[in-house]
Amino acid sequence: MLLVLIDTEADGTPGPGTGDVLAVAHATGLAVEVVTTGAVPDGLAVRRVHRLRHDLLTDHAPEALGEALVQLLAAVHPAGLLAAATERGDEVLAQTAARAGLPLATRCLALCPGEPWSLTRVRSGGVLLEDAELTAPVVLATVAPGAAASGSASAPAASASASEAPAPAPDVVEFVPELDPVLARTRVVERVPRAEGVSLATAPVVVSGGRGVGSADGYAVLEELAALLGGAVGCSRVATNNGWRSHSDQVGLTGTQIAPDLYIACGISGATQHWVGCMNARTILAINIDAEAPMVTRATYAVLGDLHEVLPAVIEEIRARSGTVDRPDPVPVGVADR
Amino acid sequence: MSTTAEPERRDVLVCIKRTPAVGARIALTDDGLAIDTRHLGFTMGPHEECAVEEAVRIAESHRAAGGTARVTVLTVGPPDAAEQLRYAISMGADEGVLVEVPTEELDPEPTAASILAGLRSAPDTRYDLLLFGTDSAVAGNAQAGIRVACALGLPMVAGVKGIRFDDSGLELRRGTPAGIEIYRVPLPAAVGVKEGINVPRYPAVTGRMRARKAPLRTVPGEPAAGGLRTVALRRPREDRPETVVLGSGAAAAPAVVDVLAELGVV
Ligand SMILES: Cc1cc2nc3c(=O)[nH]c(=O)nc-3n(C[C@H](O)[C@H](O)[C@H](O)COP(=O)(O)OP(=O)(O)OC[C@H]3O[C@@H](n4cnc5c(N)ncnc54)[C@H](O)[C@@H]3O)c2cc1C
Repeated sequence: MLLVLIDTEADGTPGPGTGDVLAVAHATGLAVEVVTTGAVPDGLAVRRVHRLRHDLLTDHAPEALGEALVQLLAAVHPAGLLAAATERGDEVLAQTAARAGLPLATRCLALCPGEPWSLTRVRSGGVLLEDAELTAPVVLATVAPGAAASGSASAPAASASASEAPAPAPDVVEFVPELDPVLARTRVVERVPRAEGVSLATAPVVVSGGRGVGSADGYAVLEELAALLGGAVGCSRVATNNGWRSHSDQVGLTGTQIAPDLYIACGISGATQHWVGCMNARTILAINIDAEAPMVTRATYAVLGDLHEVLPAVIEEIRARSGTVDRPDPVPVGVADR
Repeated sequence: MSTTAEPERRDVLVCIKRTPAVGARIALTDDGLAIDTRHLGFTMGPHEECAVEEAVRIAESHRAAGGTARVTVLTVGPPDAAEQLRYAISMGADEGVLVEVPTEELDPEPTAASILAGLRSAPDTRYDLLLFGTDSAVAGNAQAGIRVACALGLPMVAGVKGIRFDDSGLELRRGTPAGIEIYRVPLPAAVGVKEGINVPRYPAVTGRMRARKAPLRTVPGEPAAGGLRTVALRRPREDRPETVVLGSGAAAAPAVVDVLAELGVV
């Protein structure tokens, strides 16, 4: 039996990556049971849900949850425990692994039971894959986002059990761990909600700029296009390091990995560490003076030329077609009629 | 005796990792076990560079307030990893520890064991704060710091984009899709730092001079394999169709807007 830790949002819905981790778990062919600290999401095609109950587990608490999971492993003896490879999932399973003295494979795309288990994990954000072996009495792993779609996890059990008529409601078993009160030291004590507005992570269109933009002010034209397209502005690490944009706009390995419908890369060369942040975009349009830039050669569409000439012309063309009067002054962001 | 809640002395350890600065395409060695680094430069990961910067800023502000502070950088790696230690010293760290292992890339358990060996080699040093990058650039195992913290009984929060000292310890901020989570942990503590916490400085010439001469302490690591073993690295298949060039310069605008219209975004 494999345990799958499911993170739930404040509103009780399953957290990001839940579909991927369940698909990879089912694809191993082992029976799957779920662990949660919160609400039990509807429609889980599993037999049993272990609900962890403790005052220390009412909000994200990596040490307390890691310790609780160690105790659950000792009580129910699963073959392994999986979680989504989110920041939280990786952190909690690392706490579990450290406390139990077990190895941990993070960011896996597929896992195959055996002696040892074999697995494939993502490296460098996805430009490399690592095939590895995991030798452990209990297998601990996190599952990379997109694993279900990567094809590696397409054993029949995965899709069959997930898509058939309503699964019978699982048994819910409460598990009350014994937790040292000192573990309260690493628990969320306060939250500041995100400001309203289009977020880079979920925007359908991202207009992104790199060194070619040349200055912080140079982003005005990207802001304008993003507003016209209902999108967000992104940037490369060069822009962040030059202080042109905040790191929350950075796309890439150490920024945000995004999968918009359209990614417009302006003056970005396409280094691997940037590429892994945008390679899952459905369509990529590169605007670059260099026809040989990797971003250009890997994009769906490209325009060769100076972004400071191309973008204003594109904005003007959009306005002309939508019948909006062309104004000589820069239009404040967000005013465009859309 | 200090009369404030501030300790007089602050010791910060930063653990960094030497990583190849790969370009637009990654070449692998013939045995498929590693990145072919023969034609590559090396760097430390951006998260770690930010961790060094944060440590140096903590030390600077502590000294400015009349205290003493020391920043130690530690790396587990081959002798060449001294380059990354010296870079951190040129940014303002005070001393470096090289925990020597024969390979560039070690599995997470021996990495943690080697960091602990490095700490044991200076048993009299008590660190108030241990900083790690939240995950390393290439391997991305995201666990060495947590393993070390756990072995030392220290609280650890990863993915941190804000560190502030207050009366009771540290206030840590971490970004999530829903907003910011705030943690308050007592000292000593361990933190996994994320890029964006600061913009790292470019080392000054004086820093570079100092770094060149700074003595590094070398300690043997503990490279015995853990439970996770790399069998092979490979590149995923990429089937991208040929790029469609829509034109050059401003004249391409109509063709671009045709595409935007086709995609339904205008
Ligand atoms: C471990 C590690 C992690 C990293 N993580 C990230 C990350 O998360 N995100 C990230 O972005 N980078 C990351 N990097 C940095 C990455 O390797 C590149 O250095 C960076 O992405 C380059 O940014 P750039 O494309 O803006 O700049 P450059 O590589 O300098 O490219 C600039 C491009 O702009 C074009 N250009 C110049 N002027 C114009 C103009 N007027 N009009 C049109 N085009 C123009 C040029 O032809 C060139 O292609 C990381 C690096 C390392 C080692």
